[in-house]
Amino acid sequence: MNPAIQSLLLIQGVLVGLLTLAGLLVWIERRLLALWQDRLGPNRCGPFGILIFVADGIKMITKEDWIPPGADKPVFILAPAIIVITALLSFTIIPLAPGIAILDLNIGILFFLALSSMGIYSTVLGGWASNNKYSLLGGLRMSAQMFSYEVFMGLSLMGVVILSGSLNLREIVEAQSGMWFVLPQFAGFLIFMVAGLAETHRLPFDMPEAESELIAGFHTEYSSMKFGMFFVGEYVGLTVISAIIVTLFFGGWQGPFLPPFVWFALKTLFFILFFILLRAALPRPRFDQLLAWGWKFILPLALLNLVVTGAIVLARAG
Amino acid sequence: MNSRTNETDLQPRPEEAPQESRSLMREIKDKHGDNSFREQSTSDGIPTLWTGADKIADILRYLKHKARPRFPMLYDLTAVDERVRADANTLPDSDFTVVYHLLSLEPFREIRLKVPLKGDPPSIPSITRLWPTASWYEREVWDMFGIRFDGHPNLRRLLMPLTWKGHPLRKDHPARATEMGQFSMPEDRHIEEEEALRFKPEEWGMEQKSDEADFMFLNIGPQHPGTHGVIRFVLQLDGEEIIDVVPELGFHHRGAEKMGERQSWHTYIPYTDRVDYLSGVMNNLPYLMAVEKLAGITVPDRAKVIRIMLCELFRISNHLVWYGTYAQDVGQMSPVFYMFNDRERLLGIIEAICGARMHPNWFRIGGVAADLPNGWDRMVREFLDYFPSKIDEYDGMVMGNRILKVRTQGIGAYNTEEAIEWGVTGPSLRATGMGWDLRKVRPYGGYDQFEFEIPIAHKGDCYDRAIVRIEEMRQSLRIIRQCLDNMPDGPYKSDHPLTTPPIKDGTMHDIETLITHFLNVSWGPVIPAGEASGCVEGTKGLYSYYLISEKGTIPYRVRIRTSSFPHMQIIPFISRGHTVPDLLAIIGATDFVLADVDR
Repeated sequence: MNPAIQSLLLIQGVLVGLLTLAGLLVWIERRLLALWQDRLGPNRCGPFGILIFVADGIKMITKEDWIPPGADKPVFILAPAIIVITALLSFTIIPLAPGIAILDLNIGILFFLALSSMGIYSTVLGGWASNNKYSLLGGLRMSAQMFSYEVFMGLSLMGVVILSGSLNLREIVEAQSGMWFVLPQFAGFLIFMVAGLAETHRLPFDMPEAESELIAGFHTEYSSMKFGMFFVGEYVGLTVISAIIVTLFFGGWQGPFLPPFVWFALKTLFFILFFILLRAALPRPRFDQLLAWGWKFILPLALLNLVVTGAIVLARAG
Repeated sequence: MNSRTNETDLQPRPEEAPQESRSLMREIKDKHGDNSFREQSTSDGIPTLWTGADKIADILRYLKHKARPRFPMLYDLTAVDERVRADANTLPDSDFTVVYHLLSLEPFREIRLKVPLKGDPPSIPSITRLWPTASWYEREVWDMFGIRFDGHPNLRRLLMPLTWKGHPLRKDHPARATEMGQFSMPEDRHIEEEEALRFKPEEWGMEQKSDEADFMFLNIGPQHPGTHGVIRFVLQLDGEEIIDVVPELGFHHRGAEKMGERQSWHTYIPYTDRVDYLSGVMNNLPYLMAVEKLAGITVPDRAKVIRIMLCELFRISNHLVWYGTYAQDVGQMSPVFYMFNDRERLLGIIEAICGARMHPNWFRIGGVAADLPNGWDRMVREFLDYFPSKIDEYDGMVMGNRILKVRTQGIGAYNTEEAIEWGVTGPSLRATGMGWDLRKVRPYGGYDQFEFEIPIAHKGDCYDRAIVRIEEMRQSLRIIRQCLDNMPDGPYKSDHPLTTPPIKDGTMHDIETLITHFLNVSWGPVIPAGEASGCVEGTKGLYSYYLISEKGTIPYRVRIRTSSFPHMQIIPFISRGHTVPDLLAIIGATDFVLADVDR
């Protein structure tokens, strides 16, 4: 088959799969939360309520799309698009199975870090452009969170890069054929997971939204499909972070018996469910506490991890 | 009928108390001149003194700082419109009377001071400098009665809209919309109302900017997921740091006191349910205790124990709602569902006994509405066996959580002196280390027969306030188990002629009983003239009803003193310097009900 057509099909498949998954995740999350909280959750639309995301989608598209007077209109419209675009683009570099990835990029990790930084502009700009004080506070919290958590998100991945000697995600996965990097890089894994949660601003790091404090934070003023895009962006972001964790620390597609893609999907789903469980269980720290914790505890830990990993690798090589 | 003697049956209090209050009165008279006072006897036995407006500030200062015992808590400050009172000739000449109610907690003593005022608008010196908590009370009295408090820093309406004409609790102000003429909102009135809503920080006592920063003003409420009802907090922010908070009340004001002045003694009971709408029958009790004191009714034992059991069930139910929303306010999503599920079990029991869930309207003058249904004991026992392990489980889930601890420990703290100064009672007072509980200090309604402990904590912050409430649930379970094991036999309602609904046994046999029954049902009972207040240790603090009867079928004045009101007033004091999320933690830990604040 023509490689161009092949990659177009792949893009198409990933896009449809990812957006459907984002929709399904809404249902999965609501059903799981309901299960854990002794409730029923959405169970009316389709078998087990699985079509709730279709109903939600129709509802959101047909709702009034309102832009508040005084809002910075172009930025207000642009903001929700950014989060969806960056989240979807991040997924292009993830190897789904041997030889199946949209982009086999030799600077994969850098590309991912760049996009995740870009994605945060969405919340910051959305909070700023809404001309609403709650949104502004949410946007400010997000930018503070970004400044501190970007730093060690990058640092936490450097251990993996040192071990595998590559920034290419496919090569990183292949380098884990002997041992998953979660074992030598356990600290790196924990730090990256925390930073990833902070990037996707889900509980317990949902300070920019904080519904009991800031109503809905940065997207307070958003309605209709613009709100829907923040929603989709959040779930795609959650999937991306889970997929990256799996790729970098849990051997990506590798595993016995089952086909590689199934392994990749199962592992990713596991982390998604874990994040949903975290949301059900934990309260929300105050955002200055979160920042202090980041700078005083996680950053030194990330640096230490980097130094120790480097030293060990050097000692072995020498 | 002598109400005094019966009252002592209802409320066992130390023998020397009247003696001491007499010596206190003598002491006050010695200090301030004998002829400037007049004593009034009341049905609740609280020493009540009349004095002049020129002296009141001095006397209050003396009582607060020098008297033995000292009275450090301004418990209540209210007023009475005396102008159409039928028994006015027995009292000092007065158009409006301002009533101060002070408490000494250790030892527990009460005193009531009254000041007669004439003229329109009447005026009296403000005591906000003596007690900061007087500020809102004085504003409320200004709002409701049009009494000026000279020297008050910000004498604005508190509960009614700023554009309201008249003062609602004056007797010449209509009590129903149908008495007020047709409502219309022409263009100019509309503009005027809109203009009145314009926010000017200076009017709220806040600066627009300081030398370093321009402040941001943020409305939390009236519609906000974190406020648990309609209230507006105006925040003066520097970044996320709170410079000042000003709560705006009145969104939930329904005129519960005014309604009391048009309902019969009996038909007012359902309105009390709705004052603190999470505590149900707990609200009936102080009102009925006051009525029973006026009428001289002794409640039979079975009714007492039923009342206590239901009150404690409601205490747990209230604390469960508080517990869940508290966790919710610091961002924990799940606990509220577990706690509402448990509350559902409780409401099931309450429904089985009372026929209703949140507003059972179950207590009656002289007893309760009906006897306990068959099988009530099984339902209660099942809950008692089920619930203790759940509290332990929630302890680990919520109180043991590290994030919750860093969010609430050291946040919004006050000490015992500050709590008393601001009129804080109940669990919020006990969290500062003072083991003061009215059920122990002056056991009412039969609490002296029960074994339970008073949980306390020491730091007075949000976390400690939570600890006290959780332990209170365990103690309530103890009390309920004792009720279950020792439920006395006998009537569930007193055979006194003024009980409601009246006893019907003889009505089909003799005409006299039929007539009495007919009158007491159609008009309602005529309660003897007098004044009394009933006070209980409610779920949130002290609740009391201060009733004045002029020997009629309706009260002349109903004053509802709720604990949420002072607890709300202390929030600015404990929030300054914290951040927005801390304010939500403080609100979450406070346990207030907006209907209880506004009434």
